[in-house]
Amino acid sequence: MKLINKLTCLLFVFGLSSSTHAQDMNVLVMKVKAKLEKVKDYTADGRMKTDVAFIKAPIGKVKVYFKSPDKFKLQRDGGISVLPKGGVSINIGSMIMQTGFVAIDAGMSTVGGTAVRVVKLLPDADAGEIILSTLYIDEANLLIRKSVTTTRENGTYEMELQYGKYASYGLPDKVLFSFNAKDYKLPKGITLEFDDTDKAVKDKMKGKKGRVEINYTAYTINTGLSDAIFK
Amino acid sequence: MLLYKSMQQIVKVSQLTKQFNSLTAVNQLSFSVESGDVYGFLGQNGAGKSTTIRMLLTLITPTSGDISIFGYDLNKHRKEILQQIGAVIEKPDVYKYLSAYENLKLFAKLSGVKPSNKMLMDQLEMVGLASRAHDTVKTFSQGMKQRLGIGIALVHNPQLIILDEPTNGLDPQGIADIRNLILILSREMKKTVIVSSHLLNEIEQIATRILIIDKGQKLVEGSSAELFNDQQTILQISVANNNKVIQTIQSSTWANNLLPERDGQIMVGLNKEDIPNFNRMLAASGVDIYSLQARHSLEDYFLQVTAGKQHVGTFTN
Amino acid sequence: MWEHLQIELYKVFKRPRTYLSFAAITALIGVIQLGLLVDGKEYADFVMADFANSFSVDGKILNGYFICYVILQLLLVHVPLLIALIAADMISGEANMGTLRILLTKPQSRTSIVMAKFIASVIYTLLLLIWIAIMGLFLSMLIFGTDDLFLMKSSYVVIVKESDVFWRYAGAFCFAALAMVTVAALGFFLSFFAENSIGPIVATMSVIIVCTILSTMNIPLFNLIKPYLFTTHMITWKEFFDFKVNDANEAIIGSIQYPDKIIRSATVLGVHIVLFVGSAVWLFRKKDILS
Repeated sequence: MKLINKLTCLLFVFGLSSSTHAQDMNVLVMKVKAKLEKVKDYTADGRMKTDVAFIKAPIGKVKVYFKSPDKFKLQRDGGISVLPKGGVSINIGSMIMQTGFVAIDAGMSTVGGTAVRVVKLLPDADAGEIILSTLYIDEANLLIRKSVTTTRENGTYEMELQYGKYASYGLPDKVLFSFNAKDYKLPKGITLEFDDTDKAVKDKMKGKKGRVEINYTAYTINTGLSDAIFK
Repeated sequence: MLLYKSMQQIVKVSQLTKQFNSLTAVNQLSFSVESGDVYGFLGQNGAGKSTTIRMLLTLITPTSGDISIFGYDLNKHRKEILQQIGAVIEKPDVYKYLSAYENLKLFAKLSGVKPSNKMLMDQLEMVGLASRAHDTVKTFSQGMKQRLGIGIALVHNPQLIILDEPTNGLDPQGIADIRNLILILSREMKKTVIVSSHLLNEIEQIATRILIIDKGQKLVEGSSAELFNDQQTILQISVANNNKVIQTIQSSTWANNLLPERDGQIMVGLNKEDIPNFNRMLAASGVDIYSLQARHSLEDYFLQVTAGKQHVGTFTN
Repeated sequence: MWEHLQIELYKVFKRPRTYLSFAAITALIGVIQLGLLVDGKEYADFVMADFANSFSVDGKILNGYFICYVILQLLLVHVPLLIALIAADMISGEANMGTLRILLTKPQSRTSIVMAKFIASVIYTLLLLIWIAIMGLFLSMLIFGTDDLFLMKSSYVVIVKESDVFWRYAGAFCFAALAMVTVAALGFFLSFFAENSIGPIVATMSVIIVCTILSTMNIPLFNLIKPYLFTTHMITWKEFFDFKVNDANEAIIGSIQYPDKIIRSATVLGVHIVLFVGSAVWLFRKKDILS
């Protein structure tokens, strides 16, 4: 809650000092949102890789379903997927809060060689899951190149998006999802192992950032997906 | 099939010794078994009979000495020799969870025979188990197991049959059956049989030759004709003063006939026709004699030689 | 030799005791399968409790491949008893029954008798493992279906792609066979020293239990001898379920993380088998049969 209070203060200060600027930012965000809203629904095939030091997983095929405004489903094409808890629901649609936010200009930056404007989105109400969302917006193309989202329950996630064929819809070809991976320890009684893994190997597997990488290969856009899929 | 080098001498054992740590179970034992013999192997329990028989069957490795069977060295021709031997060693133990037929078939194969159904059934018929052929051995009496054991020993038609205490644990009928079987094997089937026992009366009726051992050593070996010779008698003398009588005998011409004492009585081995003379000699010496008893059963001799610690040597002329 | 082997197998498979092992395995596996079928989710949640705090695992974890892994993990600890039941009885049982002396008066070389007996116990062991494979792997695949294999190791998680699993099981079962043949060889070796079957069976299990404890305990003194204990190497079948990753942390399909570990363990087990069986043959050739 302390964090929320601080953010509220921050918002207050920003609100006072640069309300006109904030409005520009609101316009920018709305433009981006409008572009995204052209897509009512989509289905995409992708290849997903979970890259966490202490998780060894094969690359798996995924199917992603999205329906406006906020229905999202990542389905693994068979197989088993490991994803950071709560992370999957954070998708492009929900990066921009649907209602009640304040956009604050936080200057310029570059993401992968592209100049971007950094915009911080703060929710009006403090009841939502998202506490703070930072968007790195490519103003020329109205594309979000990167987002950092801080959630109430599941820590901070970073998403980097790379665009290609579907840039006109604002849909990325590649999403790189980063998070803080907390390693775990299992008692040997459960695994029935005589642990003799090299310490070096073990250390290598500890406390790194985890990443989930999804490469989208084909989007099918606006086909009128049924709600049943998301159940 | 082994061609016998020596048809006459089936088994020849020389200087056979077996040492178990500090115990000498068999000591410098030599004997031979000839073709057609029913060779009685006598000795009290623990005399070394079983150890000797197990050495003949390669179950125990001798410490020293030689064994040749059918004229071949047992060490070098183990497999060929064993092909011609059938044996029942002490209890006739077989696989209890198998039937009589299955046991017989299994051991026939191990003996190098490819048994036909008829052959196996004939064999079971011979030992009187045909009607129980397919019952598991678990349900058999001791006598039936013994008969099956003998059936197994004979299934590959061996030339030499070794039976170690074959009547142990059998009832009188069973003992009689075994005795008859040995006679059939010897007389009708012309097999050579070695049969061991600690009971002389079992052996004396069937053996053609007898070896008596005690504490691993040979006490006496000879043909039954010699040992059972009616002329050969043991005189058991009960007197007031043993020493005086012994002195008298030792100074007489009968000195060599004196045998070790038994139960405080003087024993003298004599030919039947010499008894009157011996009697007269004793009477003339003036000793007090309570009784004079002539014995000619081998049982007495057996008990006597095994009870006495003396090495007697070969009881032959 | 071949004929003798047939005879030994005939004897083994004529004994009710032999089928007891197969029945025991069927029952054990059945119980595990039933348990996981009814309450598998609970088990999975229990195993993943800590991990599930920060990750969500989607997919059919409780598939046939996973069930088989659980079964192997639980069962391979107990199978040695079933193997000892037969292998440790091979010589001592016959000595006890009195059949050994009849057997050895037959025109067969002692080496051939011992080897036929050992090979018979190996065949029994392999059949037992094949039965475990049928019940534990194939039946589980049938009941629970197949999917990726999700495994929690003590310090990391491995997800083996469905298409990459089966050959690993083939390898793991082959390795388990080697480990169990080592148990058979030990039991077989010990069966020379007794004239009853209980002694060598208990001795075999005791040796395995003591060595397993030494292998499990992390005490510097024991760590010195650990690499030479066969029990340390008996669980190396698990290495088949760990693969290499490339620089981008992508799984390399068809790879094994530590193939050298498997080779080393197999060598140690192989040496044990040769030692146990070699000593058995050597002792048996000299042994005086007094039973």
